[in-house]
Amino acid sequence: MKELICITCPKGCHLKVDEENGYAVTGNACPRGEAYGRAELIHPTRVVTSTVRCTGGSRPRCPVKTSAPVPKDKMFDVISALDAICLQAPVRIGQVVLPDVCGTGADIVVTKNI
Amino acid sequence: MYDLIVIGGGPAGLAAACSAWESGLRSILIVERDQELGGILNQCIHSGFGLQYFKEELTGPEYAARFVELLSQTGVEVRLDTMVLDITPEREVHMVGKTTGYRIEKARAIVLAMGCRERTRGAIAIPGTRPAGVFTAGAAQRYVNVEGYLPGRQVVILGSGDIGLIMARRMTLEGAKVLACVEVMPYSGGLNRNIVQCLQDFSIPLYLSHTVTDIRGKERVEQVVVSEVGPDRRPIPGTEMIFDCDTLLLSVGLLPENELTQQAGIAIDPRTRGAVVYENMETSMPGVFACGNVCHVHDLVDYVTAESQRAGAAASAYVQSSPAPSGPVLEVKNGPGVTYTVPQKIRPERVEKNCGIFFRVNRICGDSEIVVSSGETEIARFKREHLAPGEMEHISLPRVLLDRADDTLTVSIREVN
Repeated sequence: MKELICITCPKGCHLKVDEENGYAVTGNACPRGEAYGRAELIHPTRVVTSTVRCTGGSRPRCPVKTSAPVPKDKMFDVISALDAICLQAPVRIGQVVLPDVCGTGADIVVTKNI
Repeated sequence: MYDLIVIGGGPAGLAAACSAWESGLRSILIVERDQELGGILNQCIHSGFGLQYFKEELTGPEYAARFVELLSQTGVEVRLDTMVLDITPEREVHMVGKTTGYRIEKARAIVLAMGCRERTRGAIAIPGTRPAGVFTAGAAQRYVNVEGYLPGRQVVILGSGDIGLIMARRMTLEGAKVLACVEVMPYSGGLNRNIVQCLQDFSIPLYLSHTVTDIRGKERVEQVVVSEVGPDRRPIPGTEMIFDCDTLLLSVGLLPENELTQQAGIAIDPRTRGAVVYENMETSMPGVFACGNVCHVHDLVDYVTAESQRAGAAASAYVQSSPAPSGPVLEVKNGPGVTYTVPQKIRPERVEKNCGIFFRVNRICGDSEIVVSSGETEIARFKREHLAPGEMEHISLPRVLLDRADDTLTVSIREVN
């Protein structure tokens, strides 16, 4: 039995995950908690957010994120992959700036209209 | 003459203005001192916003953009690069803008949505030299996320509030080494999820019941001394740990930014450091409302939005129906275990169905009951499995219960075990 704090939402439910019993999750207040509890032990993932260079806007950086959670152990690879990117304003929220980042299947997308 | 002037174009001001528009006001002005709307959300590029309100996980700029988009479909006027200097009891708003100069605008109602600012090194009086490299966490966040600078490479963070935790992760991802996060209290002031995904994910140690007792370095921070503190929060001699670092980030609390409010003579609650408000977020000055972090510091922008929508709708009702002076007023008091409540006053006859009360507890509690009483009479009880000072609590009292109360309502915590 492993005890976790759910990070899906700010509520922070105290989860218990039973590894020996098909990763059964208890203590969750919603289905997202159950999915998180199981995934966290089998295959932990995180949404990565950062910025990339951007010219032509009022600020030198444009915020971006992964369009889906990526494996936790690939977080630093994803961040490194952003170094080479330089956008030109205007950019729109949701615009893909790097598809399938580091082979994770997730895209890097813009999170601010500039 | 405007129907409504909203001071501040962050999440609170945006939500208040949109909701006032929706409830019928057609002459609304938002005054914002920055060059864009969105307030602090613009530098909060991490995700986790909007889960309650939009039922999806957004980053700060995305959350702001949703409301900027909504606003653009209204006729709400926006004045950027404009600073409000004064508010008078006649609801005249004095402001100075880059292109518009000094203006005095009159309004039928005003919403205060100025947000909050960070406590600094001066506010907590850390001993030591005064080198470069000591930043508030929010200032560092702006450097990294907006300006594109990394403010240091070897970092100690004092305070485990959410901004400090978020910056621990952000600095780490950008190549800095975060040596420690130090918290004077025996518990973290941040959300549990941030302890997990910002510290534990990166094996950053969290020292509870510790504080910074010395900052060393001439031009730049060279060392930070951390000591354990006793139950009285005083450092214990002999427990010093020395960290070689070039940067100290401070995440030691937020202060509602109420200079304008005070100048206007509006009553301030020393517990929240925000205006004393009624059930509809109206302050002691009729027609002036307060919402968001200027009223009390929130953990979640989603709650700021909800509160500000109520303030905007109330401001709209005030303008459209100029309500008559009301009958009895209940004073809401914080009993044992509770540090403050918002609202501080309730006019039961103005409550339609339910009245929400927001508050914080003063310690971590397990199985507990939130007890609402009036004098000796207990009028409501709510069960909670877990309460923490870092997490704002909320209860909803039906109007029928309010009618049973006499003069005061006291909210207190009773631990079951």
